[in-house]
Amino acid sequence: MTGVRVAGTGLTPFGNAPERTSRDLFAEASSAAFADSGVPREDVEAVFYGNFMGELAEHQGHQGPLMAEAAGVRAPATRYESACASSGMAVRDAVMRVRNGEHDVVLVGGAERMTNLGTAGATEALAIAADELWEVRAGMTFPGAYALMAKAYFDEFGGGREDLAHVAVKNHENALPNEKAQYQKSIEVAEVLDAPTVSSPLSLYDACPLSDGASALVLTSEAYAEEHDIDAPVAITGTGQGGDRMALHDREFLARSPAAREAGEEAYADAGIGAGDVDVAEVHDCFTIAEVLALEALDLEPVGEGITAARDGRTTADGDTPINLSGGLKAKGHPVGATGASQIAEVSKLLAGTHPNSEPVADATTGVAHNAGGTVASATVHVLEVAE
Amino acid sequence: MSDESARDAGFDDWLDAAETGDAYYLECPAGHTSLPPRRLCPTCGAAALDERPLPETGEIETFTVTHVPTPAFEDDAPYATAIADFGPIRVTGQVVDLDPDAVDTGLPVELDVTSSETTGERVLGFKTV
Repeated sequence: MTGVRVAGTGLTPFGNAPERTSRDLFAEASSAAFADSGVPREDVEAVFYGNFMGELAEHQGHQGPLMAEAAGVRAPATRYESACASSGMAVRDAVMRVRNGEHDVVLVGGAERMTNLGTAGATEALAIAADELWEVRAGMTFPGAYALMAKAYFDEFGGGREDLAHVAVKNHENALPNEKAQYQKSIEVAEVLDAPTVSSPLSLYDACPLSDGASALVLTSEAYAEEHDIDAPVAITGTGQGGDRMALHDREFLARSPAAREAGEEAYADAGIGAGDVDVAEVHDCFTIAEVLALEALDLEPVGEGITAARDGRTTADGDTPINLSGGLKAKGHPVGATGASQIAEVSKLLAGTHPNSEPVADATTGVAHNAGGTVASATVHVLEVAE
Repeated sequence: MSDESARDAGFDDWLDAAETGDAYYLECPAGHTSLPPRRLCPTCGAAALDERPLPETGEIETFTVTHVPTPAFEDDAPYATAIADFGPIRVTGQVVDLDPDAVDTGLPVELDVTSSETTGERVLGFKTV
């Protein structure tokens, strides 16, 4: 089994670009990734592309070949759909293909166009990640689903809206130097608490924004990177995937994410690390409560204690384990299909020392990326390590 | 959106049953429970699924009041969505007979198939006991 290196990463700005097609977004991200990698396009042997709602936002299916074309790559291409974990899944399959020797060079990434749908249209589109018959038809929205989990968490473990507000404040703070972030703007706890309610107990500032954007990675085998003298100091050393029942009401626990735990345990074992080795992580904070659940599922916080992590400074930039130094989905933005691969890009740059927020984690050697779909009926976790 | 004239077999049959007070859940020989439409137990894959009467009363386990709905519930908002525990299974539904601010965990509820104020489509609801 060969090692997998991150040879290059590329992101578009995340934000409000309703007129930009996803093919244009992915062209920009992939061009940036190729330029960053020094790998020629013609060496790409396969394209792994994540997208969630292209049929609804652009009336466009069959996006694999379309995106290979947009990236200027002549190689077989597959689109992955796993709700908000779409490009995490694409990364996982790409990693396994390189590892087993099928390919030496792959292009991985994702894109989402969302803001052209407007708030109501995008809310409807996002809801298809839930069980249409038993959840959506009862009026459950996506923020509503996480609100059900937040309320269940408060009842089981304690904590409240103010604790969650600290997660939003932290992630906005982290996004300040990130030029690709949707919001480079500090917020106060009081603003989160006073913001309009989306779905109680969650306010507008507990939620990630609607975003347009794309991400791309050029991954290579260790042997290819060495032979071609590619500067690729970070390796993907662990991959894991977990699954759960689709509807929240069918889960054993309403305030835990077993699929993420399963994915994390697999990824940690794959990389030969433990949670205590993790120096930095990007986790799927589509809502503030989601960051709390992710920390607990990844054993970065004991179950029931993740709620205080941001408030007490354990996960801030100067804390023991900084979380979402990119700004997270909350402030960086969440173009759904682009998110999973963008997290890999962020962790890779944080470890390589090339991220605007690398300084607080200058000695970091091990990072984790956690990507979740729906109410975490799907999850991927990847471990990245400095390889040299 | 799917063709509005076509029923969703299994699911709409269940709503029909709930409307006449005959709601049920499915149970496999190993005792795993689930909701239709289903051919196989989602836990163990067993094909022998028996319909058993759903207990009449459940209890609200968690809830949220949604202010930003999908277009299908535009005129219904704000409304309370809850997960209620009926013992063998939990169900997600809209609390229909209470001011959303009065909804709370622990409240006993029973099923009440109602309709969306926006679309007129059937909605699985809860009313307090």
